[in-house]
Amino acid sequence: MQMSESTVGINAPGDSEAEVARVMQICNACRYCEGFCAVFPAMTRRIEFGKADAHYLANLCHNCGSCLHACQYAPPHEFVLNVPRAMARLRGKTYADYAWPSFMGAAYRHAGGSLVLALLASLLLFALLPAGQVFQPVDRPGDFFALFPHGTLVWLFGAAFAFAALALGVGVGRFWREVSPGVPNVPAASETVQSILTLKYLDGGHGEGCNNEDDAFSLWRRNFHHLTFYGFLLCFAATLAATVYHYVLGIPAPYALSSVPVLLGTAGGIGLVVGPAGQLWSNLRRHPLHGDPAQRPLDRGFMVLLLLTSASGLALLACRDTVAMGVLLVVHLGAVMAFFLTLPYGKFAHGIYRSAALLKWAIEKRQASGLKLGSD
Amino acid sequence: MYDVLVIGGGNAALCAALSARERGASVLLLESSPREWRGGNSQHTRNLRCMHDAPQEVLVDAYPEDEYWRDLLGVTGGLTDEALARLVIRSTASCRDWMRRHGVHFQPSLSGALHTARTNAFFMGGGKALVNAYCRSAARLGVEIRYDAPVDALELCDGDFVAARIGDERVAARSCVVAAGGFESNREWLRDAWGQNEQGEWPADNFLIRGTRFNRGVLLKHLIDSGADAIGDPSQSHCVAIDARAPLYDGGICTRVDCVSLGIMLNRNAERFYDEGEDFWPKRYAIWGRLVAKQPGQIGYAIIDAKAIGRFMPPVFPGIRANTLNDLARELGLDAARFMRTVNDYNAACRVGRFDHTVLDDCHTEGLSPAKTHWALPLDTPPFYGYALRPGITFTYLGLKVNGHAAVHFGGRPSRNLFVAGEMMAGNVLGKGYLAGIGMSIGTTFGRIAGTQAAQAARTGNAGNRYADE
Repeated sequence: MQMSESTVGINAPGDSEAEVARVMQICNACRYCEGFCAVFPAMTRRIEFGKADAHYLANLCHNCGSCLHACQYAPPHEFVLNVPRAMARLRGKTYADYAWPSFMGAAYRHAGGSLVLALLASLLLFALLPAGQVFQPVDRPGDFFALFPHGTLVWLFGAAFAFAALALGVGVGRFWREVSPGVPNVPAASETVQSILTLKYLDGGHGEGCNNEDDAFSLWRRNFHHLTFYGFLLCFAATLAATVYHYVLGIPAPYALSSVPVLLGTAGGIGLVVGPAGQLWSNLRRHPLHGDPAQRPLDRGFMVLLLLTSASGLALLACRDTVAMGVLLVVHLGAVMAFFLTLPYGKFAHGIYRSAALLKWAIEKRQASGLKLGSD
Repeated sequence: MYDVLVIGGGNAALCAALSARERGASVLLLESSPREWRGGNSQHTRNLRCMHDAPQEVLVDAYPEDEYWRDLLGVTGGLTDEALARLVIRSTASCRDWMRRHGVHFQPSLSGALHTARTNAFFMGGGKALVNAYCRSAARLGVEIRYDAPVDALELCDGDFVAARIGDERVAARSCVVAAGGFESNREWLRDAWGQNEQGEWPADNFLIRGTRFNRGVLLKHLIDSGADAIGDPSQSHCVAIDARAPLYDGGICTRVDCVSLGIMLNRNAERFYDEGEDFWPKRYAIWGRLVAKQPGQIGYAIIDAKAIGRFMPPVFPGIRANTLNDLARELGLDAARFMRTVNDYNAACRVGRFDHTVLDDCHTEGLSPAKTHWALPLDTPPFYGYALRPGITFTYLGLKVNGHAAVHFGGRPSRNLFVAGEMMAGNVLGKGYLAGIGMSIGTTFGRIAGTQAAQAARTGNAGNRYADE
């Protein structure tokens, strides 16, 4: 016979998993927030919250803040319930725990430092690589490859991207297996894609959006996030288009302002300036109880890096025919390389893990619940 | 000088403030609590009981006026005022549009509460989200809100409101709505109201308060002492049996334990004392607080076995668990011999048919007193679980007598500019018992009436203080 430890621990936040279990145990006996997002309906399918459940729910949480402002047990209540914070803390831990190779988990824990390190190393790499021609005008205006041969860039970025994809793939694979999700099916997958593309769970459940600085709802965070998201996708598409131009059509860069790669890249770049700037602005105004303060360097560092990438890219486009091209190219390539290097060990990972959690939820909600609660 | 002063910060007070402001009155709202505890008991609520003749957004089927009225008549045993009750019932048919205009969102019935899908409209995020929405709307409309402003007395003149007092500070207004809650957090008053029992105990000393720590009944007592007409019995309240480990105040919804009908309930002497299977739990949960309050030591023990796990809402505190009944008795601090006798007698009396906890099934006891009339399964599958339960008061029913205009009465005469809403007058409609979600129905209806009346009283100068004195 035993009295469960969580009885005595009801008021005492423990480590990340224990705190999520404690919080969910209280929420499961209340359930007022069921309409806000997917976390609470997923919670009601459980009566105990083991490690795998906690990891799953933590990554399903979008940190919208609705449940915190609505919570009758939030501080100063003695239950000191803060669901988004408990989830954010554990999310940070899952990124580090699932990181591959494992020792790179440390990069999450020192997110600010590792980002600065990656950026400096990348800038240094591209500053040294062209062997002193950076400040000289190139023969053909806008000819990046006079400074960095096309093959070198393909090799460098290809390798960095392939490694990032592998590392994230291994990490999310570990996460996927741990949460024992069941088999994906077409309706579940299509719902997941829809939830991602619309960022459904920042709409507050009522369409008025999520919280930022107080209990008022707004769509700004959702809009800024998706300017970033679609900006990134457009920039990625620009790179693919340029690859087609280069290899398939045999047209070398630089491309005209009206060309597909430049149009896509410009639109994406603008999204990647406005989006991260807006996110940074909202983040600086966030309610002090939101999220995990320890992860602010991770969040804000990522936004700043995205801003640097897009701003340097747009500046490069504007000044590619001037003498500033060389320096701007070094900065832009350095920023992009730092982005790729930190891809599996930075904030970018949240998108991968959250998508996996959303797919898990879309699969799970289509299965019958094992519970038959008396009052149903 | 403000046109309308609203005293209180919960649902009824906010409804009054918004309604008065909508009618052009300048409004000051005084909330006794700090901002982070604002909203009184409303922060712990979750829904509104609504009549409707056809499916309406989150509400399924129909819940006609007469069925609502019969339900209310049933739980109150006639301790209600039909005219006022029907006023509340009818207003719930249309008040949700107004609530939505002020930012309240609704959601379908919660999982684990699907029995209320027809009768109750749930607030998305619960009552605190509703309070937040009303406060934002109030700020937008220009209602002034002051926190940490506990009014301790009113200045009255011949049954008319003149000013409110916060210590030495005097706040005058042309009219006033009091919606400052019941007295459930006033331990001395509760002690008085329940008195001493035959064993010499003071039962109320063992009560927990599910609601706000700020409802001390200061204004209620002051008004009754000042000659306002009172209604209701001070020992009547919304009282459920909650986990004995719950916090002394503000335990809210999560402290309830919903397994009583799936097992047996014992008192401190390890004896059963009431039919645990009398009716569906949602129809019976609100009687168990009072039942436990009448037991020695004001404590009860809900006992279940492994068969019940997963069949009731998970309680916030895990149950005491043991692999044998004997061990469970010891863990709970009950006399093991008597405990075993009670459980064995119960087990032997069970006539098991087809168990189904979603209907009034045919599993019952024979030759046992008190009987368990449904869902009677023997306690025979380890592990066994026990939960110690105490009476948990949500709010008290003693209040001020009103008419359909929410006017406070003095010697049978309605005040011209003093109105009351919420728990301070809920006893007019709810003399005893409870119907899930009706507290918010009464608060919303009478809050809006009181605010409207107060705005009108301020405009027509009924207060005696005319606009000229500004």
